[in-house]
Amino acid sequence: MSRTIANVLKYAVLLVAVFVILFPPYVVILNAFKGNEEYAKSSVFDFPKSFAYLENFSTVFHRGDMLQAFSNTGVILVLSVLGNVLMGTMVAFALGRFNFKLKSWILGAYVAATLIPSVTTQVATFGIIKELGLFNSLYGPVLLYLGTDVVQIYLYLQFIRHIPYDLDENAMIEGASLFRIYRSIIFPLLAPATATAIILKSISIYNDMYIPYLYMPSQKLRVVSTGLMNFVGVNSAQWNVVCAALLIILIPTTILYLIMQRFIFSGIVSGSVK
Amino acid sequence: MFAMSYKVQRYVILFSFLTVPLLLLAVFSFYPAIYLAWLSFTSWDGYSPEKAWVGFNNYKEIFTNADIFSVFSHNVVYFMGGIVQNILALFFAVLLNSRLRGRNTFRVLLFLPYILNSVAIAYMFTYVYDAQNGSLNALLTSIGLESWIKSWLGDAGIVNYSLAFISMWKFMGFNMVIYLGALQSIPGDLYEAAKIDGAGPFKSFLYITWPSIIKIVELSMLLTVSGALEVFDLPFVMTKGGPAGASQTFVTKSVETAFNFSNYGLASAMGMVLLCIVVLVIFVQRKLILRGEE
Repeated sequence: MSRTIANVLKYAVLLVAVFVILFPPYVVILNAFKGNEEYAKSSVFDFPKSFAYLENFSTVFHRGDMLQAFSNTGVILVLSVLGNVLMGTMVAFALGRFNFKLKSWILGAYVAATLIPSVTTQVATFGIIKELGLFNSLYGPVLLYLGTDVVQIYLYLQFIRHIPYDLDENAMIEGASLFRIYRSIIFPLLAPATATAIILKSISIYNDMYIPYLYMPSQKLRVVSTGLMNFVGVNSAQWNVVCAALLIILIPTTILYLIMQRFIFSGIVSGSVK
Repeated sequence: MFAMSYKVQRYVILFSFLTVPLLLLAVFSFYPAIYLAWLSFTSWDGYSPEKAWVGFNNYKEIFTNADIFSVFSHNVVYFMGGIVQNILALFFAVLLNSRLRGRNTFRVLLFLPYILNSVAIAYMFTYVYDAQNGSLNALLTSIGLESWIKSWLGDAGIVNYSLAFISMWKFMGFNMVIYLGALQSIPGDLYEAAKIDGAGPFKSFLYITWPSIIKIVELSMLLTVSGALEVFDLPFVMTKGGPAGASQTFVTKSVETAFNFSNYGLASAMGMVLLCIVVLVIFVQRKLILRGEE
């Protein structure tokens, strides 16, 4: 009996939490499908007359240049993630397979770097990007996202420790070069960690607003975050249209998340719980 | 390459694999930090070629100008929110670690906010909090709590709590998934043994669960603390620090000082103060961890 009560309580608490989580997006969904007049007359909790009313979405695509924003984000994402995976696996190979004097210093440097509040140091970073001629260019943010970070390194080091060193030795007996060992043995075997690294990095790049805002003010170079900021700035009076814009941005990641959730959870857990 | 001995290859690999990543680290993390340290002793305005040395004036300004330092009280709200967030995360992790139908569905739903675009989240909540059209006030009206209606972003006494709630909403699931992972790594027979010895659920939490996850709790708290000290996105996008500076955080204040008031020297000093505080907090926390281990 007391067990049933405990279970009922558990579900009640969880349902409250789910309500709090889903309430904001639920209201956005309801109002994204309402015309201007319908929006003005209805309450925020009323269902739209029809979920087939897609006028707001086409308004967003026309006025907001969303396709451009998605493609800019896509280019930055692909280039940064590619470079990032390369850097991450290379550093992990060097630190995970060899012993040398500077090793602990290098790890320490990566830990120290995470302590530096990055928003405040942009004053100096800005000067470097300008000197390199990468202001108002997609490659500026790419360069800033490219570097590996301590979370990624730990994730890879954890994995590389579980790849038996016998594999390397056998390859050496057969005369493989160290580069060949990295490319044909270590890199492919790190794939599960790479999947996690890609997901985590993609989430952080997709969510970042400040770097594109600072380094790519040009209208043609808007990414999803800055494009949305601009769009809402201009259309903030029309909440129904803003809701449509929000949905356009939220739906793709939500779908990806639902498909890849197992990867994401196992990755986050193995990356942080040692 | 094939002709090289492994000893030579080792040097070649170490050099070629580490040079570029370390160069990036030096150029985009350490050089800016050092440059920032130097700027903090000047009165640079952001464009003129000369950067006049002013010694510790900027630092004096930070600690004596109440306008600047009092902003930290806004960060404190996020810090408290972060603590509540971790307690909730641990609570839900324990809940979802028990045998429960549909626990994966709950995990997926509670983690969802973490993967959503943060600018989109900011606007979604602008809509929730809006005084006239907002869904929160509409909800309160519909359940008969009209007296609770507030201008959630327009009231100087509330705005920081409204914003801090959003970051709890976004990050609670992330902490929860990490705690859940830690809980699942505790061997189940420990609990069986405790049960046989007559320990209730509270005692087994205190003597088995808590000691096994203390390190993860510390790690999460560390991220929470530095996150709370460096809050920037939400006030920047949603309120621009308003109303009348009530939702400024230390970082939005320093960005404003640099880019709107062209006082890069002072802004840099603020960045350095923030860096020192983060390091100090982490140092204190590590001391606490080490003491806990003895």
